[in-house]
Order: sequence, then structure tokens, then C-alpha cells
Amino acid sequence: MANWHDYAVRGRVPEWPYPIRYENEQVIETDVLVLGGGIAGCWAAIAAASEGLRVVLVEKSATIRSGAGGPGCDHWCDAPANPSSKVDPDDWAQRLASANGGYANGIGRQIQCRENYDTILELERMGGKIRDTEGEFKAAEGYDEKTKFVFSPRSNPFHESNVVMRVWGTTFKPALKRECQRLGVTIYDRVMATGLLNEAGAQGQRVVGATGFNNRTGEFTVFKAKATILCMSGSAPIWTFDTELAALSTFRPRTLSGDGIAMAWRAGAELALLEKSERHRLGGGHKHHWYAGAGDASYENVPLVDANGKVLPGGLSLPHWGRKSDPGDGRVGGGAWEQVREGVLKGEYELPIYGDFPAMAPIERNVTWKFLLREESGTKIIVDSYEESGFDAAKDRLMAYQLLEGTSPPQWREIYRGVERGGVMIDWDLKTNLDGLYAAGEQLFVAGDHSFAAATGRYAGRKAAAYALEVSHAAISREQVAKEKARVYGPAKRTEGIDWKELHAAIARVMQWFCAEYKTERLLKMGLESLNEIEQRWVPHLYASDPHKLLRGMEDLSILNYAQAILHSSLARKASTQWLDFQRIDYPEMDPPESNKLTTIKLENDQAVPGERPLNYAGHLKKNYEAHNRDYTGVWKG
Amino acid sequence: MPETVYAVPNIPTPNRPVIIDAIICTGCNDCVEVCPIDVFIPAAERGEPPILLHPEECWYCGCCVNHCPTGGAIKINWPIQQRGYWQRASTGQNFRV
Repeated sequence: MANWHDYAVRGRVPEWPYPIRYENEQVIETDVLVLGGGIAGCWAAIAAASEGLRVVLVEKSATIRSGAGGPGCDHWCDAPANPSSKVDPDDWAQRLASANGGYANGIGRQIQCRENYDTILELERMGGKIRDTEGEFKAAEGYDEKTKFVFSPRSNPFHESNVVMRVWGTTFKPALKRECQRLGVTIYDRVMATGLLNEAGAQGQRVVGATGFNNRTGEFTVFKAKATILCMSGSAPIWTFDTELAALSTFRPRTLSGDGIAMAWRAGAELALLEKSERHRLGGGHKHHWYAGAGDASYENVPLVDANGKVLPGGLSLPHWGRKSDPGDGRVGGGAWEQVREGVLKGEYELPIYGDFPAMAPIERNVTWKFLLREESGTKIIVDSYEESGFDAAKDRLMAYQLLEGTSPPQWREIYRGVERGGVMIDWDLKTNLDGLYAAGEQLFVAGDHSFAAATGRYAGRKAAAYALEVSHAAISREQVAKEKARVYGPAKRTEGIDWKELHAAIARVMQWFCAEYKTERLLKMGLESLNEIEQRWVPHLYASDPHKLLRGMEDLSILNYAQAILHSSLARKASTQWLDFQRIDYPEMDPPESNKLTTIKLENDQAVPGERPLNYAGHLKKNYEAHNRDYTGVWKG
Repeated sequence: MPETVYAVPNIPTPNRPVIIDAIICTGCNDCVEVCPIDVFIPAAERGEPPILLHPEECWYCGCCVNHCPTGGAIKINWPIQQRGYWQRASTGQNFRV
């Protein structure tokens, strides 16, 4: 039973299956509060609980598989401290921090490079599978006899670094949840965190907890905490809304709606580089396009051919083993694709393009098809579907959709495809500018991927625990709680008006018109005025007929706040820069030297206050990391 | 032809991201609990398959299928417009999921 016709035939519409407890309130007190139960959140909770503290984990989905990395993970990237690595962790971190014109998160990268190998060893002890102990892929390139790790050519064009490990990531999230439970972490699944609580209810003051509601029952919870860690995604569908594309280009689930960014913004936390966005590319670069997009990680060793089996020019997938080419060429949109496009238009290559699995050595084909594609987040179901339909990787070429689908219109943008994007500003303790508030994983500006989330989550949990041991609980402001309750329950009290889909589409259209390819002071200000108009005129009409739709409505309000912060940040950057795909028509000079800095934005007395930091604000990565972690012991001894 | 034609609104799309086999399904609701998006609700009757209440929100992550303890009670059902193609290398013939 799934649609109105079914209901009509049965003669009734089912009642909501969960008890409705709108406005019931419970108050939970804890030492460390972790908001978001994805990869970073689970690691933060485990690290804090390991210090013997009371930890509460709040997850609006189901912790066992929630988050972008919940269903799985095929690569543990940038792990230079592993014993088979041929590069120095500090050098590797510096290299990552110097990428993208220096618009990088040096602190996060240094933590990742120093600690993510320790992190994955802990994960193995919890039950995560990280080694080919059965020797199934012993004959494959990258298999390391000593450690039984299977290394990837990713970030490894010359097979000289061994910094990226191929892993059995479908085992990770259940193992992390079990470890949380073993350590006594109290998990609140299906509870959406809605807002941070400041001391005395004053924006910019210490964070002393958060509010949330159960998206099945509607029950409200006030969490009181000594330290709070934001571990939600920085990603959100700000510029687009279309359920027709639900299964397409959706590396991020619908639940990632920027709640953490929105609540950090409202609480007065400093955010960096929110002005970054880029054109959405439907035809590749995102994983769930049936693995048809080359340039995708898991195509790292799959040769691409045209419709007649003619091999396309080098660099279209990440480098093959032993092939010395620039890994940058392999990214969608790189120079190699221009070459292919020209060849197609001249008749040199015929569309469509295919991934030529049969041409691969059987062991390498198995690594990709039977191992990586079954372990990556959300892709097991894809390879299973192909095989059930008759696809045989030994005989069949998988179609790719580059060029056929092309790029989206320029106003269909996304926050990021790669890593260069905005997020929460932090110091060397992964602490924000607000006392008591920490952040990790994709919540950070210019975050990395799965192993970045894991290592920074673990680090933030450790630092937040140390802080919590030193401080007392502070009183929460009942006035702030009452205000938040009114905000959350407004839509549940109405029985008509506009629904969450219409609101989301309205916000997205404003961003398409006023904050896309063409940016000027006038357009950006019109965008802000339009969003404010939506907030004042239409949000008061938002209605939700059950707690699930209330969840989606509250996500829209996060998206609205996130969009407002993006516009403020875009107004603050009075220059164009290629590194952030950011072009101001009224400031046409690209990357003038004085503009090479981190733009920051925060609310003070509900007014947006811009700021800036030098790109290298993290300072000397190795020295500063060591100064802040004198007692840390890991595998890497320097 | 149906005996009774009901006046119902259009249904959202995609509207059937999974297909549940009511004979195999034991109504354990493991899929309801694992779904990151919460697209299902449990049926009112114990042992009955869950209701797919919010199909257009599905992320197609496959967690419900992968976690199903009966193995086969629930299958992914890709929207037609998104079903992928492949080519048999030896013949050049194209197929589709």
C-alpha cells in the first residue's frame, strides 16, 4: 500500500503509527553532546565516551546506516602514517593544505594525516574489515603482503605513495554503532537537533546544549551539555529541488540539509567560505549515476572506450596502474574531456562511452566490480541490480553518460562536488569561536571525505571531553527554549498553507536567480531581500500534517538560514576567484592577490558581521599539531 | 477494468522505489528501522508488510534490501528513466537494467 488508490480500495487512510507527543518535553543532561550520528559523530561519541564521560548522540535518521558514509565506504584516503606508506604524513598534510590555491583546511588535513591510520586500526578492533586476510585479491596490484592491505592508485599516480587503502566499508557503520553502545553512549535516533542553546540565551555566548524533536512522535527534548560537537553535513540542496532526480546524482541523502550550519549561524558561530558553489554536473562526478560517470573513484582502473570499443585518450579515469599521467586530468570537466568532446564532434569517437570491464585483467576487474563497488556507500544495490538483469563484468561494458547528459544549467548549483566549500570555522582543538562548541567531519569548512570525518570526529571527541572535564554545567535559558519550541511547532499547529516541497522549491529558485553564475551587489541583495520575504511572508504558512513532514519542513528552515548565510558571505567577498568558482561581475579581476583569504561571516545581535583570515591561518601544521597534542600517542612516531 | 473508479490525486514520483513481496515479508519492520530517510511506516496489522509512505524521498541506498532478514522480501525498483545500459562487448548489443 503506497498511494491514494490503494487507500481508496482499502476504504481508509491509515492513522499515524507512532504516538503523537507534540510539546511533551524531556530534559536530558550529559557531559558531551554529539549532534549528528554519521561517521564523524560516531567517532566523536566513541572518543568522548572512552574518556569516561557521559555522552549523548542525537541522530535524525538511524545511526546504524545514517550519513553519507553510512551504507559503506570503498576508500580510506590519505592515510600516510600506515606502515607501507612511502610518504611523510606531515609532508602529505602540507601538500593537501596547499591544494586548490590554498583554500584548504590545514588543521583538518594535519589531523587526518597524523591520526586516520590510528583511527582505522581502532575500527578494525571494533569489527570493521580493512585487510584482505583471506588473500582474495593477493594477485592484484596494490596488495601488500606484509599488512594485507589493498592499496589504491588514487592519489598515487606513480604507485609510490601507498596512502589510499581499499576497504570493506559496509562493515564500518554497524561496528561504530556497536562500539557506541558498548561504551554506554546514549543514542537518540529519529531525533532532529533543531537549535543550539547559548548561555543566558544570548547569541555568541557559550553553547550549553541543544534542542531537538522526535520526527516520529514529535516529542521535544532539551539536551543540557558541558560540551557540544557539531557533526552534521555541510552539504544541502540549496539551489535545486526535484524528487524526480531522487536516485540520480545523489551522493548525499535528502537528510543532509545543513542543519548544523543553520544552527551554528543562528547561535553566532563563525562560518568560513560559504560563498563557494559550483555548477551541478548531472552526467558524472556523483556516484549514484549508475556508476556511469568516469572520473568516479571506482573507475580508477577501468579503461573507457567509445561505442565501437575505441580507447579514449589517457587520463579519463584516474590513472591506471603504472601509467604515469596527471590525476587531475581524470576529473570530470578536466582537459581530457574537451579532447573527447572535440573528437566526438569530428566523428573520431562515437557515443556513448563505456567502461570496458572485459578488457581488464580478471583480478583487477574483480577488485573494482566485486569488491569496491559492493563496499562504497549505497552502491551494492546498484551492482546487484545490474547482475540480476544479466550484466556480466567479464563480458559486458557499462555505459557512461558523459557528454550525453552534459552539465546542468549554470543556475543549478551545488555546494560542492570536490572538497572546496564552506563550513564551520575552527581552531587547533576543532573548537569554534563559541565556548563549548566543537565541530568535525563535513561540518568543517573545506572538509575531506570518510577518513577525514572519522579522524576529525575522533579528535573533536577527545578535545571536547578534555574541555568537559574542566567546566561545570551552565543554566539553560527557558526563554530561548520557549522561542525554539514556538519555531518548531508552528507548522504542526496549522492544517493548511504551504507544504515543505513548495517552500524548498521557493528557496532554491531565489538562489538560482540571485546567487548563481551572475553575481553582483544588486542581485545578491535582492536575493537576501527575497529570502527575508519568504521567511516573513511564507514561513508563517508552512504546515506539517505529521512529525515526518515537520522534519522535512524544519530541514527547509535550515536550508533557508543556510542560503541567507551564503548570500551574506557572497556579499562579503568583493572579488572573483577561480578557486571557489566565484565570479562577481562588479569585481571582475580574477584572484587579485589581496583577495586570497578566507572570508568569514557570523551573526552578532542578529546582524551579519563579515571577517577574514589569511589562507595559512593554521600556521606551521606540524609544529602546531604537536603543540596541541603533546600527550597523544599513535602509530606515527615522526 | 476496475469495477469502481476512484477520484484520487496524482501520486508523487518516483512512487515505487522498492517492491515488497507480501508472501515472503514477515512484517518484521527491519527495513522501517534501518531506512535513513524513514520512507516507510509499519503496517497497523502485526506481520503485514510496511507501508511505503514517502516514496519520492527515497535515496536508493539499498539499506532496506541489504538488511532484510528474509532475503528477497524487498527488491529495489529503479525509476525507468534512470535504469542503466550496458553493451555486450562481443556483439555490440545493448541491454538495460
